[in-house]
Amino acid sequence: MNDTDFPVLHTPLYDAHVAAGARMVAFAGWRMPVNYGSQIEEHHAVRRDAGMFDVSHMLALDLEGLDATRWLRVLLANDVARLARANVPGKALYSCMLNGKGGVIDDLIVYRLGDAHYRIVINAGTAIKDVAWMRPHIATCKTNVVLNERRDLAMIAVQGPNAREKTWKALPQLKEVSEGLTVFSGAQIGDCFVGRTGYTGEDGFELTLPAERATATWNALVAAGVKPCGLGARDTLRLEAGMNLYGQDMDEESSPLDTGLAWTVDFSDPARSFTGRVMLEAHPARQTVLGLVLDDRGVLRSHMPVFAASGEGVITSGSFSPTLGKSIAFARLPLDTGAGERVEVDVRGKRLAAHTVKLPFVRHGKALV
Amino acid sequence: MSNVPADLKYTASHEWVRYAPDGTATVGVTDHAQEALGDIVFLELPEPGRSLVAEESCGVIESVKAASDIYSPLAGEVLEVNSAVLKAPERVNADAYATWLFKVRPAGEAPALLDAAAYQAAIDEE
Repeated sequence: MNDTDFPVLHTPLYDAHVAAGARMVAFAGWRMPVNYGSQIEEHHAVRRDAGMFDVSHMLALDLEGLDATRWLRVLLANDVARLARANVPGKALYSCMLNGKGGVIDDLIVYRLGDAHYRIVINAGTAIKDVAWMRPHIATCKTNVVLNERRDLAMIAVQGPNAREKTWKALPQLKEVSEGLTVFSGAQIGDCFVGRTGYTGEDGFELTLPAERATATWNALVAAGVKPCGLGARDTLRLEAGMNLYGQDMDEESSPLDTGLAWTVDFSDPARSFTGRVMLEAHPARQTVLGLVLDDRGVLRSHMPVFAASGEGVITSGSFSPTLGKSIAFARLPLDTGAGERVEVDVRGKRLAAHTVKLPFVRHGKALV
Repeated sequence: MSNVPADLKYTASHEWVRYAPDGTATVGVTDHAQEALGDIVFLELPEPGRSLVAEESCGVIESVKAASDIYSPLAGEVLEVNSAVLKAPERVNADAYATWLFKVRPAGEAPALLDAAAYQAAIDEE
């Protein structure tokens, strides 16, 4: 199939990727770089030095209004009230947005920029349905909230142990303020929003800036020694880091309680009736998510059946881990399955030996399994 | 652009074949295939002595991204497998034509393989 026949969207960095020789693929309606040569080298660059990703296909939303906090406390399964309590300006929270059945519409990051101002970043593939879910929800709740889609912005994620230093070398004007950012918080610095967040298990920044400045910023980062990385490396990095991918590890048919995201659901305030709460309380977790490390030769992939002493399960994400030099996966398994158990995986008709581990596999460049 | 040497024969499923003067055939995957797959991390190849049918799936090549079957371009007996490449599959990415996978003693009718021009045309259409 020739995916160039389909209408696709280009990020402001499209020409820069093509000029750099990227292999471009269709992803969630966008034409995105999957790699610029070797995906494994890009992966190692992020674990050992600094790499960057064009994540402009994701959508930034600005939410402003006196009822913003009250509305988000209903919309999201995690509680944005934690952000005000944290007493850190620009503090971020990872959350699921659930439907009435308790299924996951999307996972997102929300930054608190003020009492009445939040920045939300949502996935590319779900952006249209997310906004279509939020707008009527705002109307129904009769809230004083304005939602603004920021397609005028580009996003670059700079990740790795040297990511912050190299960002400051490329963009010295960001240093003074962003030096003070604690992990999982962000700040608006001139026309650039800097979040100390990411999707790789490494330190770094996510930069959100006007689209017309994206290419110059990207080129300055290249000149500072930040390696362009594609979606391929992004996937193996997040897998090693134990981070879910929407549409693969969870979706509208699955509960956050069954997909390794129970830690993101905040039931602590009994008065907070967030969407999906009733169903989650009626249906406690039925499965647990564990990591798998393959002991035999081969590669684990999504949908492969897993056989544990506790019963059967299934892989939701699997690939090769460049850091471990082995195949790894996330598996949904019966609740009483623990870490350190031997399991078998059906790999195209062959039963291969693997064992369960606690997630993540890798954090800050170090193998944890 | 992919590299398609003129002295090899090809399959539409992206294997290459080099015939030696003694008639044995050496098989690998094309540069186009390795480029499309990305970083190759695992290979499963047919055991020596196995009797292959032409176009039969006889192995697996896996990149970080995806798994793909290896099809035998011709019928015959597997003479030898490149054990070095099993340990270092990334060699296929480094040089797909210098990195052979297995050797076959052909049997039966000569297979209908593509020449370089026909293979180039096939991948241009993809």
